[in-house]
Amino acid sequence: MTVVSRRLPVICAAVFVGGAALVGLLVGPVSLGVGEVLRSALAHLPLVHVGSHLSQADDAILWQLRAPRVVLGALVGGMLALAGASYQGVFRNPLADPYLLGIAAGAGLGATLAIVYAPGVVHSYDLTPLAAFAGGAVGVVAAYSLGRSAGGRSTASLILAGVTVTSFLTAVQTFVQQQHSQSLQEVYSWILGHLDTAGWHEVALVTPYILISAVVILLHRRVLDVLSVGDEEASSLGVNVRRTRLLVVVFATVGTAAAVAVTGLIGFVGIIVPHAIRLVLGPSYRLILPLSFLGGAGFLVLTDVIARSVMAPAELPIGVVTMFFGAPFFAIVLRTSRSFA
Amino acid sequence: MSAVSVRGVTVTLGGARVVDEVVLEVEEGEWLALIGPNGAGKSTLLRAIAGLVPFDGEIALGGTPLRALRRREVAQRLAFVPQAPLLPPDLPVREYVLLGRTPHIGTFAAEGARDHAAAGRALERLELGPLAGRPLHALSGGEQQRVVLARALAQEAPLLLLDEPTTSLDIGRQQQALELVAELREQRPLTVVSAMHELTLALQYADRVVLLAEGHVVAAGPPAEIVTEELIGAHYHADVRVIANGDGPVAVVPRRPAR
Repeated sequence: MTVVSRRLPVICAAVFVGGAALVGLLVGPVSLGVGEVLRSALAHLPLVHVGSHLSQADDAILWQLRAPRVVLGALVGGMLALAGASYQGVFRNPLADPYLLGIAAGAGLGATLAIVYAPGVVHSYDLTPLAAFAGGAVGVVAAYSLGRSAGGRSTASLILAGVTVTSFLTAVQTFVQQQHSQSLQEVYSWILGHLDTAGWHEVALVTPYILISAVVILLHRRVLDVLSVGDEEASSLGVNVRRTRLLVVVFATVGTAAAVAVTGLIGFVGIIVPHAIRLVLGPSYRLILPLSFLGGAGFLVLTDVIARSVMAPAELPIGVVTMFFGAPFFAIVLRTSRSFA
Repeated sequence: MSAVSVRGVTVTLGGARVVDEVVLEVEEGEWLALIGPNGAGKSTLLRAIAGLVPFDGEIALGGTPLRALRRREVAQRLAFVPQAPLLPPDLPVREYVLLGRTPHIGTFAAEGARDHAAAGRALERLELGPLAGRPLHALSGGEQQRVVLARALAQEAPLLLLDEPTTSLDIGRQQQALELVAELREQRPLTVVSAMHELTLALQYADRVVLLAEGHVVAAGPPAEIVTEELIGAHYHADVRVIANGDGPVAVVPRRPAR
């Protein structure tokens, strides 16, 4: 594919993210108007002198409620889709998702423990994100060391280790949850994913992890194409397969753990976004990786709009929406595409 | 200087000595065929030379010990064509052939004009130009084999390791593939080591033949001296006739035992 034909899809995806962000800023119980939102956005840019006509309350709604939510949704959606695509690449397994290696179950257990044993706040600080991050990390380290000790180099043993660790941690999490049924609702809404607590604090929390992870993964986009011919051949082409796989897995995992820590478990994004892109644009990771990030960002911002509008003022857990709308969307892509490998 | 020198190499896989104390030298520009029955260790020896399996003993490429070379440097010196390559079904032919340029491209860089030119030459050389945009799954077995060879050519390494290069080809394609390798050797200095099942083809194309059995070298020399009724019969447990014309032996055919 030539450079020009590679640029076009990236431009389209960037426009999609911009459009999704605008929708995210516009939709809500208080109507703000496209013109005013754009005007206020311009006013926030440096070197641009445009006055905003928004009242102080409307300005706060736009910049303290909706904007951080849109930004967080975009970062998390982009990261989950990118992590999914890179896991599918390094494991050469189309069903690999960002939660493959026990991260989801670990984070779920960590969050449940925090919700149950440190309810609300400790010294006015919510421990849930930290506990989820730590739990996710423990899950992945356990899965990775089990997989390495069991099967050495094979990726199948790593995936099976992920399944094993996930089952065990889920069992523990379910047990703790059953013992404390009074916090069932809170645990559930965390597990199903949420962006409703999003503020600039959360954005600041995840941005460094997600940006660094995304940059490292995107740098490997060509190498992931080489891995698609198999470990031995990639190695005969001069690629250090084990080091590449470890690096990509570590950074995809760190980014995912950061995302999960603040938004809970948002399912399906890491599977459907990369696959939809693969089906439309082909198997090259040089397109799949950057477009998964952009596509995932736009997708999650839009699903969040749905999650907070269909039952307004109540909110649906966003994980439910990603699955409810994601599955039929994916079914359409699957049916209309020529081949599926 | 030898292009490849193998000194006392042993490869142990799952407790079995698949390659056992093998010693052989491959001269620069030579075509060496490794023959031997199934399980003789031909493929494993090739993979050891390519640096893909751990081994005991010494292997050197053009005088440099394999262990002293980085993976990338090995890939610049030799191209390896496995017996059953993994072909990503949706990848277009051109992109696949471009992957052969990997050892010449920085880890985080993109291919440049030289890489596209090299891939283009390889495609043209194997008459794959019209198929360049097709996905790999849409090709026939023979076309796929040529595409894999094109990827190895795009690598532009002075040493070519071929593991059963003709397995899925019909007799015409077998001939074309090997003629092509022979032609390439006339155009640029190219050393070829190939594991071969087809004894007739080994007889016709190789400069020298090494017969392996149970991981050992049991005979080595000019094809006519190694591909004989006695040696093949003994090590393949086969009843064969070696047919000769004026120039020497040209074909190996199985002989059905009389009833």
